[in-house]
Amino acid sequence: MIAARHFDRRGGKLLVVGAKGAMRRLPRTELASLFEAGDLIVANDAATLPASLKGTHRETGAPVEIRLAAWIRLGDPTGFVAIAFGAGDHRTRTEDRLAPPPLAAGDRLALGPLQAIIERVLDHPRLLVLRFLGERAAIHAGLARHGRPIQYAHVPEPLALWDVWTRIAAAPAAFEAPSAGFALDWATLAAWRRRRIGFATLTHAAGISSTGDALLDKRLPFDEPYQVPHSTAAAVAAAKARGGKVVAIGTSVVRALEAAADEAGVIRAGDGVARGRIGRETRLRIVEALLTGAHQPGESHFELLKAFADEATLERMSAAFIANDFRGHEFGDSVLIARARRSPEDRAMSALVPASLAE
Amino acid sequence: MRRENAFEDLRVAITGGTSGLGLALTRLMTRCGARVAFVARTVSSVERVAQETGAHGIVGDVGRKDDIHPIALQILGNLGGLDVLINNASSLGPVPLALLSDTECEELEQALAVNLLGVFRLTRALFGALAAAARDGRGALVVNISSDAAVTAYPGWGAYGASKAALRHLTAIWDKEEKDDSVRFLSFDPGDMDTPLHALALPETDPATLKRPEDAAAEIAEAIGASLRRAERFAGARP
Repeated sequence: MIAARHFDRRGGKLLVVGAKGAMRRLPRTELASLFEAGDLIVANDAATLPASLKGTHRETGAPVEIRLAAWIRLGDPTGFVAIAFGAGDHRTRTEDRLAPPPLAAGDRLALGPLQAIIERVLDHPRLLVLRFLGERAAIHAGLARHGRPIQYAHVPEPLALWDVWTRIAAAPAAFEAPSAGFALDWATLAAWRRRRIGFATLTHAAGISSTGDALLDKRLPFDEPYQVPHSTAAAVAAAKARGGKVVAIGTSVVRALEAAADEAGVIRAGDGVARGRIGRETRLRIVEALLTGAHQPGESHFELLKAFADEATLERMSAAFIANDFRGHEFGDSVLIARARRSPEDRAMSALVPASLAE
Repeated sequence: MRRENAFEDLRVAITGGTSGLGLALTRLMTRCGARVAFVARTVSSVERVAQETGAHGIVGDVGRKDDIHPIALQILGNLGGLDVLINNASSLGPVPLALLSDTECEELEQALAVNLLGVFRLTRALFGALAAAARDGRGALVVNISSDAAVTAYPGWGAYGASKAALRHLTAIWDKEEKDDSVRFLSFDPGDMDTPLHALALPETDPATLKRPEDAAAEIAEAIGASLRRAERFAGARP
């Protein structure tokens, strides 16, 4: 039995949902044999921060857990948007966690070796802007030593950073793991390269997936900054020009690529912010297939799938997850879903969709 | 990407950066315009070298599994990525040197923990960043500091020699495996240097007869420069 916190690299399952709604079940290791020469796989290379910090609210002496949830400026560790919890830890379901003591601008938090000051309480008593005191290197050191990965009650054992870094993790930017990337390993990337399938990365600061508060959860995902390297923008343009498919590894890649695309479907390299939600009404300009977790209706990531497939297809997909015992959490099984064809333009594009995803 | 000075803005991490060869490398790389993060175990030494060189000092022990990701996180957070990793930190094993039949298991474990497992773990934790640098045409490189004890069987150097021999082979295999990802791996034997590690091993040696670590650091810089120029030519030749 593989513990829930260990990604099941060898035994993981994959459901492939084609552009016409056809479904196939494969071992996830078969990813290496999917796609076609000229396609481009784009993944999120964000490394996950140890974004859960335990400590004390200095004014009251009350215990708190602070979960860093968004950057003020990407890569600058002095300021974050954060969610506050009271006493307890991840083993209690987030929605059952105690509230923090009343918090106000100017309050101080002692978080292990880190000292922070609440700059503002936003429009919810648990949503803060906080600033760490001290130099950046000392803040990095304090986070590295004291912080723990954000985790939830379905995985009771404490996670270490190595549990939440994907093989391609490069830039410490994400608050929770860009978990679709767990499916990638270097042997799979080498197999794609031999088959002339391209691989490129961007960095997207994937935010937290649950706050334990229904009102706050409705606002997720928060605005998420991203960086697209010039080499990745060029690779997307080249793939489009040769009629290749762009495949996103994870919903964060969909958000970043679609936010970085202009009306004509050209990706702007550089920094940007992915705002708002992608859903049924979104017309995807770039991404033609998505590898993601086995999300179920009601999860925020499930809404994004509506940009790829109609309700009936997604219902059949959910049923297939249940029938085939797919595990839905961040270390669980995967689905590869192709974008359904809706417009005449999409139908023209479908001529180029290879057999493995066309049905 | 073309750089006049191969080291300008190069992001370099050096383990064992507060003494011997590591200190010489930290000084040389910062002088050449590289952005350097170095790792060492002792807080006061890390602070002193950070102050002197302007490099980012990171306190950690590459021989401890639990320290690896915190070290990697700080390297990437401080440098914003990584182009060159120099695995220089080394453990001698038993001090004074001992015959293998007199070497405690824990002493061999310690040499392997630093010289082999520590290098493996840190390199693996940073591999995603190195591969990202390579994809960006920056030419990523891992330099593992080796020794002639990795090749020649010197009595008394069993723990160190065995760990360095394993490291040398690890380096060679990794280099073959990752050629296509454009992350290169290099073993570098700096020779017998006037360093604290050498003094621990052979305290009776006259330091004047030994190579200066600054000279070895210059040779390593030369090798890094050559590797990056090759990577640039390779990137330039790609369609």
